[in-house]
Amino acid sequence: MILTIAARELRGLFLSPLAWTLLATVQLILAWLFLVLIEDFLNLQSQLLGLEGAPGVADLVVAPLLKVAAWMGLLVTPLLSMRLISEERRTRTFSLLLSAPVSMPEIVLGKYVGLLTCLLLLVAMIALMPLTLLVGSDLDIGKLLAGLLGLVLLLGSFAAAGLYISTLSDQPVVAAIATFGFLLLLWVIDLAGGNREALSGIFAYLSLLHHYDALLMGLFNSADVIYYLLFIAAFLGLASRRLDNQRLRH
Amino acid sequence: MTGKTLVQVENLHRCYGDTWAVREVSFVLNQGQVLGFLGPNGAGKSTTMQLLAGNLAPDVGRILINGIDLLDEPRRAKASIGYLPEFPPLYRELTVDEYLNYCARLHRMPRATITIAVERAKERCGLPAVGRRLIGNLSKGYQQRVGLAQAILHEPAVIILDEPTVGLDPIQIREIRDLIRELGREHGVIISTHILSEVQAICSHVQVMHQGRLVYASSVAELGRRQHGTSLIVALNAPPAPEILAGLPAISGVEALGDGRFRLRHALGAEPAAALAVCACEQGWGLTELTPERTTLEQVFIDLTLGYAEST
Repeated sequence: MILTIAARELRGLFLSPLAWTLLATVQLILAWLFLVLIEDFLNLQSQLLGLEGAPGVADLVVAPLLKVAAWMGLLVTPLLSMRLISEERRTRTFSLLLSAPVSMPEIVLGKYVGLLTCLLLLVAMIALMPLTLLVGSDLDIGKLLAGLLGLVLLLGSFAAAGLYISTLSDQPVVAAIATFGFLLLLWVIDLAGGNREALSGIFAYLSLLHHYDALLMGLFNSADVIYYLLFIAAFLGLASRRLDNQRLRH
Repeated sequence: MTGKTLVQVENLHRCYGDTWAVREVSFVLNQGQVLGFLGPNGAGKSTTMQLLAGNLAPDVGRILINGIDLLDEPRRAKASIGYLPEFPPLYRELTVDEYLNYCARLHRMPRATITIAVERAKERCGLPAVGRRLIGNLSKGYQQRVGLAQAILHEPAVIILDEPTVGLDPIQIREIRDLIRELGREHGVIISTHILSEVQAICSHVQVMHQGRLVYASSVAELGRRQHGTSLIVALNAPPAPEILAGLPAISGVEALGDGRFRLRHALGAEPAAALAVCACEQGWGLTELTPERTTLEQVFIDLTLGYAEST
């Protein structure tokens, strides 16, 4: 049942030009950046040759690329997630799901899986670029995989938050703006706290970015992964509760 | 012909903010009945429909669908409901076939039966020709039919239709009414409408809602009896004095309408028309018109809703 809803969601995304445009734009910008990074790396290579434990192609090309990919995700995910619930509400198609023998968690998970599949496609296309480096360089596969895992988890968290915010509004655009603002806040929250140790520790922990950086460096810390999984589960739970409450809304 | 109880609603309440949209609504629907909900705009018809379909939760009250509590076991109860909301829930970017297939899977129909069920639903709603067209490009009437096909696709025991004939042309309306009558033989059907003739044409039972309450519930035959009038209109070329007309048997009052036309009042059940015609011939009054005046259904409806408003 979850897959049925997810399949329709994905279909809906790709039947409109929205998903295609976003995928194409992201791919174009990242490809340009990828080429620039490669060129920089080639220029630096001669100086790096003599160094002991010099940063490799994974650090100098893949990590910056994935970092920008995360920024792009921050911009793109709200545009994809905004329609999930609020569009259905606006076009009054939501009652189809509500009167079908389907539970709320199934609806929420179906929608989420649909969006996540689209985002995984995005990550897969981004991953193709670093993978071409396997030809002719000693790419650190472990670092690349850690980085990609980080990107998937990060986009998954964006999508979960976006799905929840989409349940709050009947206007897709409002949902998109609110999602973007919320995610950006969580992104930069570690800037707060300044030099007070305890406070900045908390803010750094809350920040989505902080946990991503660790994975980009190839540090696979289960705490970071669990942070993202908890984040996703919390927002999906909230979305399901929210939809249930709306049947009771006065 | 009434079968087992399909819908049992007990003491349903639902409010929006301070206003009660639905109050103290209780009724029963049996298999083989077509129940029509009548009421002016804002009477709470659509809210009741949404409550029955599980789209809204009631504040107070209980709904049993096929003996299963809709609030305790929504998934099992919803399996026996087909619901067409006021605005048909259509994905404009899908074709009719894709959409109906998706609906069939949402209702957990076994894969093997889906193709047959979709074909059958399309057949019944007159859609075979448009199966491969995008829903967004269809006319309003066809979209309404797709919505209807969606509601009957999984052969639910209870079919809930919120104003099913809105936006259809007269021929389509007749087809859809025939379809609803046919559905009403095996299923329990609930429709809401504000078109009174529609209720007379397709329903076996009728309930009138006003300001969130059920103010009248009966069979349609009973409603028809309420219509029987207590007056005759006669037109005469050479009318006698009104007193002579008033003196005729069973006539209790005379009202001159001018141009030789009169309204004659009589007691309910008395049939003075035949005697009047004989008398008019014998006396040479020149009878040109003799019509029993029926209360229109509209009048009954207005009496019911207004009468209720005055009594509260």
